[in-house]
Amino acid sequence: MELQKFQYDNKIVKWFAYATMFWGVVGMLAGLLAALQLAIPALNMELPYTTFGRVRPIHTNAVIFAFVGNGIFMGVYYSLQRLLKTRMFSDLLSKVHFFGWQLIIVLAAISLALGKTTGKEYAELEWPIDILITIVWVVFGWNMFGTIIRRRERHLYVAIWFYIATFVTVAMLHIVNSIEIPVSFWKSYSWYAGVQDALVQWWYGHNAVAFFLTTPYLGLMYYFLPKAANRPVYSYRLSIIHFWSLIFIYIWAGPHHLLYTAVPDWAQSLGVVFSLMLIAPSWGGMINGLLTLRGAWDKVREDVVLKFLVVAVTAYGMATFEGPMLSLKNVSAIAHYTDWIVAHVHVGALGWNGFMTFGILYWLIPKLFRTELYSKKLANMHFWIGTLGIVLYAVPMYWSGIMQSLMWKEFTPEGQLKWQFMDTVTKMIPFYVTRAIGGTLYLAGAVLMVYNIFKTIRAGSFLANENAEAPALEKVYNTHGKEHWHRWIERKPVQMMIVSLVVVAIGGIIEFVPTFLVKSNIPTIASVKPYTPLELHGRDIYVREGCYTCHSQMIRPFRSETARYGEYSKAGEFVYDHPFQWGSKRTGPDLARLGGKYPDSWHYNHMLDPTSMSPGSIMPPYPWLFDDQIDVSSTVSKIKAMKRLGVPYPENYEHAAAADMEKQAKQIAESLGKDGISVLPDREVVALIAYLQRLGTDIKHEAKKETPKP
Amino acid sequence: MKFINYLESMTGVGIYPLSSLLIFFLFFAGVMVYVIKGRKEYFDMLSQLPLSSRQKDPSTPNTTVYDEAH
Repeated sequence: MELQKFQYDNKIVKWFAYATMFWGVVGMLAGLLAALQLAIPALNMELPYTTFGRVRPIHTNAVIFAFVGNGIFMGVYYSLQRLLKTRMFSDLLSKVHFFGWQLIIVLAAISLALGKTTGKEYAELEWPIDILITIVWVVFGWNMFGTIIRRRERHLYVAIWFYIATFVTVAMLHIVNSIEIPVSFWKSYSWYAGVQDALVQWWYGHNAVAFFLTTPYLGLMYYFLPKAANRPVYSYRLSIIHFWSLIFIYIWAGPHHLLYTAVPDWAQSLGVVFSLMLIAPSWGGMINGLLTLRGAWDKVREDVVLKFLVVAVTAYGMATFEGPMLSLKNVSAIAHYTDWIVAHVHVGALGWNGFMTFGILYWLIPKLFRTELYSKKLANMHFWIGTLGIVLYAVPMYWSGIMQSLMWKEFTPEGQLKWQFMDTVTKMIPFYVTRAIGGTLYLAGAVLMVYNIFKTIRAGSFLANENAEAPALEKVYNTHGKEHWHRWIERKPVQMMIVSLVVVAIGGIIEFVPTFLVKSNIPTIASVKPYTPLELHGRDIYVREGCYTCHSQMIRPFRSETARYGEYSKAGEFVYDHPFQWGSKRTGPDLARLGGKYPDSWHYNHMLDPTSMSPGSIMPPYPWLFDDQIDVSSTVSKIKAMKRLGVPYPENYEHAAAADMEKQAKQIAESLGKDGISVLPDREVVALIAYLQRLGTDIKHEAKKETPKP
Repeated sequence: MKFINYLESMTGVGIYPLSSLLIFFLFFAGVMVYVIKGRKEYFDMLSQLPLSSRQKDPSTPNTTVYDEAH
């Protein structure tokens, strides 16, 4: 049979590798800034762009979509060509993909800093960027499937299955979670409200972890680990079971982010059961990775690439054991809203994704540049600094997370809460400092790597087009006898994609459909009314400033929470919340029943200088809210958009809204005036106070009404 | 655009999770049977795909050396 000559495209791999390193350092720097801001609030710099509520989404988006995202594409573009014995389908599509993705990252960084956000975690980007992501993702898929169709290797190796499942599932997640009604070019409201929005968001959020941080990296593990160890994967059979059960089960686990919330109980239970089941395939994959090194452990001592990969796979094992444990309701009761969760994700992010990426870079760059790594010693140093960084990051966060949660729940013998919320915050500061030191070490390791790779590149010569040859794939495929159904899927990429989509769609559909269609799941409450126009503006400011990154709006039905915050939250209270703002972390206290708790003047002074009202507070001040005017030009379109989403404002209310708004703003300005504060009623802080004073009051009024008069 | 609650209560909706469990079980059982019954040589061949050993030896073209018969 005649051998065909062709060339692998190494240039695109190189570009993605550079982008991975660049955005990795940028994303980690943003993370370090956010970490330091919790210990030293002055680092918020009293500027909107550098305040924690905006820096934190920049950090999460940068490390997930910029660092890990480019890492995925680097690994996929290298391995796909070699596994399929062909060049990428189109150099042009590769380039469009690369530059498109970098454009998305730059737009994301700018828009998040400007406060353009949907307020849904890890899906903060506004609708024009959402559309751009969809287009670039399709370009990636087109290029990948084009390559698969032109392949010279009949069989699709298991790594490619993971890539295909990643492509199709991320597409589904992104589109379903991003359905929103545009209000203006940079503002939209989620199509879903309250409980439904929460379910869709955490179905997305959890599976962003599953299908962006896990499945593509498992594909990379199945390719690069055997390559680096120069031996085949331990059990190919296990990898098949790993793949199918992982993608099937993962999609169900989202509701474990919402345990004890107002989400229907059956959905919570479903999430718990499937999260527990996830241990099996996850550990199957980890064992498969580690046992690939059976008989080669002596190599791990010598080879820095293997060191990184082994720690990465071990971190994967730890995080995927911890995840199901955290999904148990009794564990979640302690861990949720605390820094324990932050520790958990960082074992995954720093250990699994970070170390896997570093290992691949150390292996790949010398190959692309036909030279040896500049310094093995520096790489080893990176390994140890990085490992120490992970330990110093995670241990204080585990410790302080559990400590803070237990303090929140502690009662005196007289039955009073023992600690003020502020007491638990001040106890956290030393742990925040230690965590920041851990993060600094990890970042220093990454900088060492960049230097090491820079020197390697300088010493080597880049091979842009690598010659290769392979026989053409015979068009006709003759099977001998009866063929197994699975083997038919293995050879057919499109079938593989469709079966993967069906497998992942089942879980989502069964979880959403009843919540959307069944009335009894979201009992409505008659006293819950739509937000007034001023409150709506205030709510948009709340979303813009990323208040949800530190404050929850969801009181769980525990004595310790009802005693601290008030009546537990009900599903019916959130029916007009587009988007929901339940949050996932309580760096500050819960705000679900904040309304009426303090006078307007308290909020005014608190936003100007939080420590004046609560000494010891680590909340940043928001001075710009006192200068900036409420954007009244958007009121009509906001009310219109809400009406389209089914919020029952009276007919033509959008035209009456401005007058109502002015009236309410004047009332607040007058109430502030009585406390000796003079403020113009058109300032943003007035709208924010209106919203904060509304929070959770719908039910309070009703409870008052129901109380029988003596 | 509004969400309409078409069904009044959860009665009978139990069929969704039940059927999903059944689907998962059957699918999983199918994969297990395939994996257990499959031939070792075939899986060994697949697991060699990332390693370039075969590429170095062009005398063994990739489409013909493996017997696909059970």
